[in-house]
Amino acid sequence: MLVALWMSRGIKQIRTVMVAGSTLLLALSVYLTIDFIAMRNAGITDAQLYTDSWSWYTPLNICYSIGVDGISVAMLLLSSIIVFTGTFASWNMKPLTKEYFLWYTLLSLGVYGFFISTDLFTMFMFYETALIPMYLLIGVWGSGRKEYSAMKLTLMLMGGSAFLLMGILGIYFGSGATTMNIHEIAQMANIPVNIQYIFFPLTFIGFGVLGALFPFHTWSPDGHASAPTAVSMLHAGVLMKLGGYGCFRIAMYLLPQAANELAWIFIILTTISVVYGALSAISQTDLKYINAYSSVSHCGLVLFALLMMTRTACTGAILQMLSHGLMTALFFALIGMIYGRTHTRDIHKMQGLMKIMPFLAVGYVIAGLANLGLPGFSGFIAEMTIFVGAFSVNDTFHRVVTIIACTSIVITAVYILRVVGKILYGKPENKEHLELTDASWHEKFTVICLIISVAGLGILPMWVSNLINSGVANIISNIQP
Amino acid sequence: MNYLEFLLMRPEISLLSIFVIIFLFDLMATGRYRRIFHGIVCLLMLAHTYICMTGSAEEITLFGGMYYNNPMLSFMKAMLTCGSILVILQANRWLRSASTYYKQGEFYILMLSTLIGMYFMLSARHFLLLFIGIELASLPLACLVAFDKYRHHSAEAGIKYILSSMFSSAVMLYGISFLYGSCGTLYFSDMATILSGSPIHIFALVMFFAGLGFKISLVPFHLWTADSYQGAPTVVTAYLSVISKGAAVFTLFIVLTKVFANMIVEWQAIIYILTIASITIANLFAIKQHDIKRFMAFSSISQAGYIMLAVINGTAHGMTAMVFYILVYIVANLAVFGVIESIEHQCTDGVKREDFNGFYRSNPRLAFLMTLALFSLAGIPPFAGFFSKFFVFMSAFDAGFMILVFIALINTVISLYYYLLIVKAMFINQNDNPIKPIKCDLFTRISLTFCLLGIVFLGICSFVYINIDKLSF
Repeated sequence: MLVALWMSRGIKQIRTVMVAGSTLLLALSVYLTIDFIAMRNAGITDAQLYTDSWSWYTPLNICYSIGVDGISVAMLLLSSIIVFTGTFASWNMKPLTKEYFLWYTLLSLGVYGFFISTDLFTMFMFYETALIPMYLLIGVWGSGRKEYSAMKLTLMLMGGSAFLLMGILGIYFGSGATTMNIHEIAQMANIPVNIQYIFFPLTFIGFGVLGALFPFHTWSPDGHASAPTAVSMLHAGVLMKLGGYGCFRIAMYLLPQAANELAWIFIILTTISVVYGALSAISQTDLKYINAYSSVSHCGLVLFALLMMTRTACTGAILQMLSHGLMTALFFALIGMIYGRTHTRDIHKMQGLMKIMPFLAVGYVIAGLANLGLPGFSGFIAEMTIFVGAFSVNDTFHRVVTIIACTSIVITAVYILRVVGKILYGKPENKEHLELTDASWHEKFTVICLIISVAGLGILPMWVSNLINSGVANIISNIQP
Repeated sequence: MNYLEFLLMRPEISLLSIFVIIFLFDLMATGRYRRIFHGIVCLLMLAHTYICMTGSAEEITLFGGMYYNNPMLSFMKAMLTCGSILVILQANRWLRSASTYYKQGEFYILMLSTLIGMYFMLSARHFLLLFIGIELASLPLACLVAFDKYRHHSAEAGIKYILSSMFSSAVMLYGISFLYGSCGTLYFSDMATILSGSPIHIFALVMFFAGLGFKISLVPFHLWTADSYQGAPTVVTAYLSVISKGAAVFTLFIVLTKVFANMIVEWQAIIYILTIASITIANLFAIKQHDIKRFMAFSSISQAGYIMLAVINGTAHGMTAMVFYILVYIVANLAVFGVIESIEHQCTDGVKREDFNGFYRSNPRLAFLMTLALFSLAGIPPFAGFFSKFFVFMSAFDAGFMILVFIALINTVISLYYYLLIVKAMFINQNDNPIKPIKCDLFTRISLTFCLLGIVFLGICSFVYINIDKLSF
């Protein structure tokens, strides 16, 4: 349904089309969310709602089947908000505007398709659709070492998807090659354990590359730093969540025994990403690099929580995906706006921006506080839930890694407050910066939308956790032995 | 035998009649009639495709089992014909240039005779007919490769092609002679029951495989490819890389499954090794190529490796995947060659990768088409190449070759790298002196449009695949 909308929207270069399209999309997502909650309240307890399926490649059991549960609804809402604000953030995209929005739309199409599809093949197809526009978006419209980063990002992610394709084929043939539908495979639960041992790591790593799992995260800082603002927003905000979502929905849901047995390896890796990402962020001086490493840390936390396999932790993980998506989008939007004015992202070259562009500076402070987990914002809720859930697992290993992961909160506070102190306060020393203007209306609009979302998630978390509860419960019940 | 039975060979007969018509037209037509020559050929070929498609709905056996045709073979023939039409459409500009204008007719005739050869390769159920078909398909191709004999190393490429082609034929004949010696027959159906996998049979299989390996240009039989592709006229390179290769793959598949069905373990082992070698080596070499035609040569070697992933399966499922892959490969590769053909006359000394710098700014449409075609070759959704690659991987996985699939998948990442280098040249690299805006003629435009439609819709519309699947075996 959303896909059809995107497809039919056509390729017009004028902004109005883009704004109208993304607004419509946002409206549809909100309607979907409300309707979904209403249906749940009405007592409909199917695992998936709005399901539909068209057989596509019949000889291979490939269907174009879609459906949503609470998790995907939440993810769709997140994507819509970010696509919507991203459109405003790239208001003045100069060369080749039409092509920019065309690829941007294709990227969003991939993201939406991924979240709504319930067929392995379709899901993989959309996953790859979302990857490839990144190359051109970064390569053509990016900044800095854009060609290098674009190539690195694309190749690493495609390498990940090579692992993933192996995993998908393994799942399909392991389950008897009768269906590609995720839920049917999960219900049959007949994949032999030794096959699971081979394909769980492949699938998990495949998605883990996109979710910035520790040894495979290196594309992320370069990619994010070079990408244009809206693409950074969409990429860090939504695309990295594809990794977490996929790990949860495919790797763990369909290969439960292996997930239980092999989780410890990946828990160690994710713990490393959480702490290492945060530590790396401290030593960076480029605003985008700081934020990119912080993304690595936070996305690591998502995978970390998923692997704990308790209901609380997984709910926390989904909340963290949402909250991190919104926060990083806000961050990248602000960094893009600041960079657009000062033409530098080096924190040593900027001082006292609070006096020069108060609106952006306040936005930055809010984003920073949300990021370090101040109560009242979304970050606090998510991290709190994750650590409570993780600590409740009753053995030493899990508790120790949880404590280690908790240190990231402190480290986050260090790098966030350092940056805020350095660039926002103090005397503006660079004379050229004195004449810079504050945000224009579309930038203000972007920032305000995102701040409202972040605060909304922080103040009314129950609303969202109700939404995702049934979906999480369904998957968890399949994973737990 | 009833002479009416000849009519059952409809594709071959209609092609032969076109052959004769063109020959006579070439002899007699003068002046203004020559100007519409190209159009007439295209129309005739279209009519022929129609006859091919509506041809036999049932299975036909002629000449005591030497000739065989069924709907699947008709479909393959139609596919090859459509590919040839696309190539002929693209050839218009080149054929009108001064050096080739007077031998336009020869071009069509040589091309049609290779096509007839390919038809016989597919329909043969007897090694003698098969061999005649293969020779008929490769000798005229050598003339085509050397068509521009005074320019661009074309003659050199022709010599290289004909020598290696003769050599491969000799090797293949040697293999066939062993088969005949040990079986006492050349009919596929009789042979299949006798072959058991004894050393002499394995030797014959290896020899035969090597002979066809030259045509498909698998590593280690690929050494002629890059030079011939570079030297030949672009149109001929296009023909060589898709149509000739496609026909050879079909033939290989038919022979392996019909004749060597009992020796499946042996030939799977051969394909296993050759596939890994082809994909990996060709990919690594392709990165270093700057001449775009050499580059496409290595890309086509690695694509041949991917096709082998479907052949290794050896079942109906594999056959569907193979035919579909080749279909997609035809449209995508011809799109790339169409673009190369249209910019070629602006580049002295061959088209280099650097010539594409800034191409998007001067020729957005062609660059866009080229991008889609390269993405399709690299296997990026939602273009057709993704689907065909996925199905090929699936069929190899189904046959139990997981490690092979894994290696091939890692190689797709490498191949994506070098395809992206061209995309990068077109979109990102700056150039003070880009290729000037090009206005393609009508024929090229039609051909490129069909390629574009193929790239976009072959994957999304599943009915093509489903229909092929119904016809398989």
